[in-house]
Amino acid sequence: MYESDQILEWLSQVPDPEIPVLTITDLGIVRDVDCSDGVTVSLTPTYSGCPATEAIEASVVAALEDQGVSEVRIKRVLSPPWTTDWISDDGRRKLRVYGIAPPERRDRPIACPRCDSSNTEIISEFGSTACKASYRCTDCLEPFEYFKCL
Amino acid sequence: MSAREIPATYATRLGDNALILGQRMIELVAASPELEEELANANFSLDYLGQARLFYTYAGECEGAGRTEDDFAFQRPEQEYRNLLLVEQPNGHFGDSTVRSVLFESWYVLLLDALTRCDDEGIAAIAARAIKEVRYHLRHSSQWLVRLGDGTGESHARAQASLDDLWRFTGEMFAADALDDAMLGEFNGPDLVAIEAEWRSNVAAIITEATLELPDDQWMASGGKQGEHTEHFGFLLAEMQYLQRTYPGAEW
Repeated sequence: MYESDQILEWLSQVPDPEIPVLTITDLGIVRDVDCSDGVTVSLTPTYSGCPATEAIEASVVAALEDQGVSEVRIKRVLSPPWTTDWISDDGRRKLRVYGIAPPERRDRPIACPRCDSSNTEIISEFGSTACKASYRCTDCLEPFEYFKCL
Repeated sequence: MSAREIPATYATRLGDNALILGQRMIELVAASPELEEELANANFSLDYLGQARLFYTYAGECEGAGRTEDDFAFQRPEQEYRNLLLVEQPNGHFGDSTVRSVLFESWYVLLLDALTRCDDEGIAAIAARAIKEVRYHLRHSSQWLVRLGDGTGESHARAQASLDDLWRFTGEMFAADALDDAMLGEFNGPDLVAIEAEWRSNVAAIITEATLELPDDQWMASGGKQGEHTEHFGFLLAEMQYLQRTYPGAEW
């Protein structure tokens, strides 16, 4: 019989496969841990078509089985839908350090993750993955990616 | 229909719209007018594919006959697909695909919004997930329609021709059939009459901003929701289903 705090601690080591500096708990996709009958982890996908969903589920099962948990179940929870608001403050800091500007509300400027300038402009609504857009800083002149607010 | 049959069939139809439009958008990858549009089409078609997966998986669960998302997507013949005729229309040029997106997405956001309030929890949850993505798609396609319409003489003429050509497929979106009535009556689903009024108003605003003209009321094509498709559909399915039909049960 496991404690959900212990499970959550193990889950906080599971990296996001696309942005490995972030863990799945930083991303806010772990919705619930139920230890009443084996261990059931409830996860919410980010985008409908996110290609990392199955990889994350497999990582969760592997991580818990590595810790000796024999009965791991994944439950996909769609409601309420995931929002970038659920990314933790620590997650946002890690994104910035990694070179990706974290999501901002529409009225807030997007700061360059390298020099912190607000003089940034969009290059393209799309970046290397469905969740990111391409920006450039007009002060330090470096391009960077922005994690889109959803 | 039984209590579970209505959401199963309705979710299948929603999955069909998403899958077929997603398939059309994937065809535009490596065939888009510029790099950013390549990425846009790849991203948006991935969203639609994801929505199709969610809808089909849910339909399979409601049905309870063991059908998987792959069975729905790749193992049904033409007559069993119940997507709108609009989404199966060929891509044509950039004006055609942009107009198709604006007309469909303007309807789809309203439908999804209504579905977030319906009594079927599974469909409501998928709708809440999908609407965020479709609002983003509509922003993109409507901005492009404004640029095409209020662009050069050539882009304006082509965009108007696309609009005139695709308008006859819009009526089907609001023509409620028995399944729509059942969804409304028994599950507090979308009211297509109310949606039509809002759709007309929203689409008229985009068309006006694009300096284009709203096509006249005209005869409307139908049949998609009954499994009677246009001449393009067979070719689309042949390409999409080729691998699964040639090698049944194939796995990566």
